[in-house]
Amino acid sequence: MKIKSLNPNFRRSLVTYGIVAAAFIFIQILSGAGLLTSSLSGQLVPICAYVIMAISLNLTVGILGELSLGHAGFMSVGAFMGAFVSVCIKDALPGWLTLALALLAGTAAAAVVGVLIGIPVLRLQGDYLAIVTLAFGEIIKNLLNSFYIGRDAAGFHISFQDAPSLNLDETGEIIINGAQGITGMPRSASFTLGVVLILITLFVVQNLVDSRTGRAVMSIRDNRIAAESVGINITKYKMIAFTVSAALAGLAGSMYAHNFSTLVARKFDYNTSILVLVFIVVGGLGNIRGSVIAAAALTVLPELLRGFSDYRMLVYAVVLIVMMLFNQSPQIAAWRRKWAAKLKSRKPDGKKPDGKEA
Amino acid sequence: MKKFLSFMLALCLVVSLAACGSTSSSTPAADNAPADGAAGPAATGTVIRIGGIGPVTGSAAEYGLAVRGGAEIAVAELNARGGQQYELKFEDDEHDPEKAVNAYNSLKDWGMQVLMGTVTSAPSIAVEAETAADNMFQLTPSGSAEDCIKEPNAFRMCFSDPEQGALSADYIAEKGLATKVAVIYDSSDSYSSGIHDAFIAEAKVKGLEVVADEAFTADSNKDFNVQLGKAKSAGAELLFMPFYYSEAALVLQQANAMDYAPVFFGCDGMDGLLAVENFDASLAEGLMLMTPFTAAATDEMTVSFVTKYKEAYGQEPNQFAADAYDCIYAIDAAIQKAGVTGDMDASAICDALKGAFTEIELDGLTGKGITWDVSGAPTKSPLVFVIENGAYEAA
Amino acid sequence: MQFLSYLVNGISLGSIYAVIALGYTMVYGIARMLNFAHGDVIMVGGYIAYTVMTTMGMPTLAGICTAVLVCTLLGVAIERVAYKPLREAPSLAVLITAIGMSYLLQNLALLIFGSAPKSFSSVVALQPLRLFGGALIITGEALTTILVSALIMVCLTLFVNKTKVGHAMQAVSEDKGAAQLMGINVNATISLTFAIGSALAAVAGVLLCSAYPSLTPTTGAMPGIKAFVAAVFGGIGSIPGAMLGGVLLGVIQSLSTAYISSQMADAIVFGVLIVVLLVRPTGILGKQTREKV
Repeated sequence: MKIKSLNPNFRRSLVTYGIVAAAFIFIQILSGAGLLTSSLSGQLVPICAYVIMAISLNLTVGILGELSLGHAGFMSVGAFMGAFVSVCIKDALPGWLTLALALLAGTAAAAVVGVLIGIPVLRLQGDYLAIVTLAFGEIIKNLLNSFYIGRDAAGFHISFQDAPSLNLDETGEIIINGAQGITGMPRSASFTLGVVLILITLFVVQNLVDSRTGRAVMSIRDNRIAAESVGINITKYKMIAFTVSAALAGLAGSMYAHNFSTLVARKFDYNTSILVLVFIVVGGLGNIRGSVIAAAALTVLPELLRGFSDYRMLVYAVVLIVMMLFNQSPQIAAWRRKWAAKLKSRKPDGKKPDGKEA
Repeated sequence: MKKFLSFMLALCLVVSLAACGSTSSSTPAADNAPADGAAGPAATGTVIRIGGIGPVTGSAAEYGLAVRGGAEIAVAELNARGGQQYELKFEDDEHDPEKAVNAYNSLKDWGMQVLMGTVTSAPSIAVEAETAADNMFQLTPSGSAEDCIKEPNAFRMCFSDPEQGALSADYIAEKGLATKVAVIYDSSDSYSSGIHDAFIAEAKVKGLEVVADEAFTADSNKDFNVQLGKAKSAGAELLFMPFYYSEAALVLQQANAMDYAPVFFGCDGMDGLLAVENFDASLAEGLMLMTPFTAAATDEMTVSFVTKYKEAYGQEPNQFAADAYDCIYAIDAAIQKAGVTGDMDASAICDALKGAFTEIELDGLTGKGITWDVSGAPTKSPLVFVIENGAYEAA
Repeated sequence: MQFLSYLVNGISLGSIYAVIALGYTMVYGIARMLNFAHGDVIMVGGYIAYTVMTTMGMPTLAGICTAVLVCTLLGVAIERVAYKPLREAPSLAVLITAIGMSYLLQNLALLIFGSAPKSFSSVVALQPLRLFGGALIITGEALTTILVSALIMVCLTLFVNKTKVGHAMQAVSEDKGAAQLMGINVNATISLTFAIGSALAAVAGVLLCSAYPSLTPTTGAMPGIKAFVAAVFGGIGSIPGAMLGGVLLGVIQSLSTAYISSQMADAIVFGVLIVVLLVRPTGILGKQTREKV
């Protein structure tokens, strides 16, 4: 009873937190009982990272209403920054502090890049904005692929050409080695950390959406000109949403980096951006809870399809198309409603208690 | 909510499909193994389960498919021989470290006891951290980055990238092939940039003058006219090409179109060039390549392997396939040496194989008398071939 | 002289992007959707031509015609099955379906034709042009591509502006509802657009593979993205814009590889795109639309 008296927005958020917490407890019980397969337990941290990615992209695409095709770029900035910080300080500081600093550094770096990219990008509209975000994503990938940084007695050396041009002395070690990426991060990310970060992300995004700022952002999405006419500072609110979205992607990236012993820039190309976009479209634009569920389910899906061996990605593509048609096509939606109505009208008279005719 | 329901419906459909798929695709030798639940690797009787990981979809699929093919032939041969039986299961990693770790975990659920993989470097490094934590023996056929074998449980079959780069520079300098050299490499690929960096460093030591050092990326790997034009105008007498044959075919064609004919020099990724369907072999005339394997060799072992591979997969095997074939035989040799049996768990097998691998000597497709040291690196001597009249000749 | 040869190289590379971009821009202009599967239709065109010409040993012309025919049918079929049911849905839904289609075509090609690269036989019999005593060489493929792309651009412009069907296309692109009221068959017009776009993709596939004869299931992916960028560069929806965007893209890529950095050529190309869009938010030749409240 009590819960009903709460603010509906808050209640909605509470359900989402509840789902995440329930999933966490469920997995912990499975794991405690030894029922968790290695396959699933190995995916837990990436799932958390993709869930955060999906929530943060939903902020840009669903809430702000601007299509971004370069979200993986922010993830890679966060991942490389976090990994770099970790590798540099891991010998000097305790593990938890290293991880905390790395997560902060990754988030901050992505936020800065978000501001820098947001300034030009947000002046554009529609598909032109989308293509520019794709361009920025590819630029980030290209730059990281030719970025070399090493450390020796004289300090840090940076090159955009190749490893020999770093001119390190004998004690020197290369930290980020261009296309070969970065290795040697402590693998300190865990499922618990992932869930905590998801909850933080949810908290940040839900509160932003339910605040005055959030309503201003959504008013820009629904009618930019009307929003402007009532005195909403379009640029400011767009920048806020875009930067928060980028920062959260950086957080996801930084956590992702601490789950693997190696990181290469190639991973964060437009395919990854599009993958995250698929999560939020399937989960429903602007629907935060939908993004969480879709990201988790669609990350696990290709693994469940391993049984198909060579046909795996083919089946994945077909499932994707069928799912989009099934969910989004107006004709199929009408057809689905008709069936749902039929089912409902049958149930109460109880003639078919097994309900199997559906 | 309706949307959510329909989504879950679609998911259920997929899961049930996947369940059907996995039951129908289980391998014939599975009847030999007791069904193991979710309790992790279980004893599998006499059969030893070898897992393989590599890209079989996506842009790097040809390398993963070659490794899978080579390994399948080796396993079939060993099983036909009698004695220790093997079961091979190969999982896709899409050339992505994250997917490689997923593939590894999925193989662990299957009950893998030894890992042959992964095919490419970055995924191999990511999986290596997992195998080291689990104490699972890992032998990579073609993960050539130095970091692929930094853990004591990880061994490799191929040369490392820096080795190849340095050996190539040494060879070019010693034979006096050229004094002015140009390099074109794929700066977005770890294999290619690894060789490149070592080559540049060694070339400086050996007094080779690098007159043009040009890169391309995986996103622009079709047009090499500019890079070739710069090499040509700088007067390079030799063009070093540390990348794969699919791009090399384009480089050769474009160099020919601009009347540029330096000495072309490639590494082991170049092998396979002559097998490209419909390739004009005259373009590759005089090309030199340093590789441990060639499908054109006439020894009995290679001939038999090439025949079987062609029969099964309809194309000539490249060095990836040969490395994988040797991997399986090396694992078998070490298993014989250490007296490993199928009922041992992965960790015990790993401990046994780590020691045994430094004691075996393998006569394989990619070298005779290959031995391993504790670091996990093989000792092999590279062979340099030159293409004459559309066929490899020892140079 | 070096500069001239890099420039010519850029133009010939760019005209391939232009042919692909023309197909992109046609579809976008009429159907208002980013057809991410376009690049993969190019790849299919390449494989069909290869199969007919090399595997079956038929004449070149038969290869090209079969490729055009198959791609046209494929394009129309994809539109019917995957895009048409979503015409009333949010544009993002179609985008995701197009991406699904792209995965589907790539993986089908992988299963049917295998992963190993195939060397395409050039369909161009023209001898290379040697100027300035061999200092500047223009290949037959480059000449053909430049001519064909220019020809296609002119034909398309005439078709859209001078024929009845072309006018119908313009009407559909302006306002679907009003076009329907005027008695235009919107579905047929959109199908026709996809047919033309896919036929162009087949031609682009044959030209791409003739100039760069390496055919794999992912052959079309990156040129597809680059051509998409080119189409936006020139102003998406504009036919001369696609041509101009394609050529500019090729020239920028070629010159930045030559004079700035071969590693970062991609970043430079995308960087120039961003600058162009900031100065002209709808591309070089794009229509400047005024927003209505």
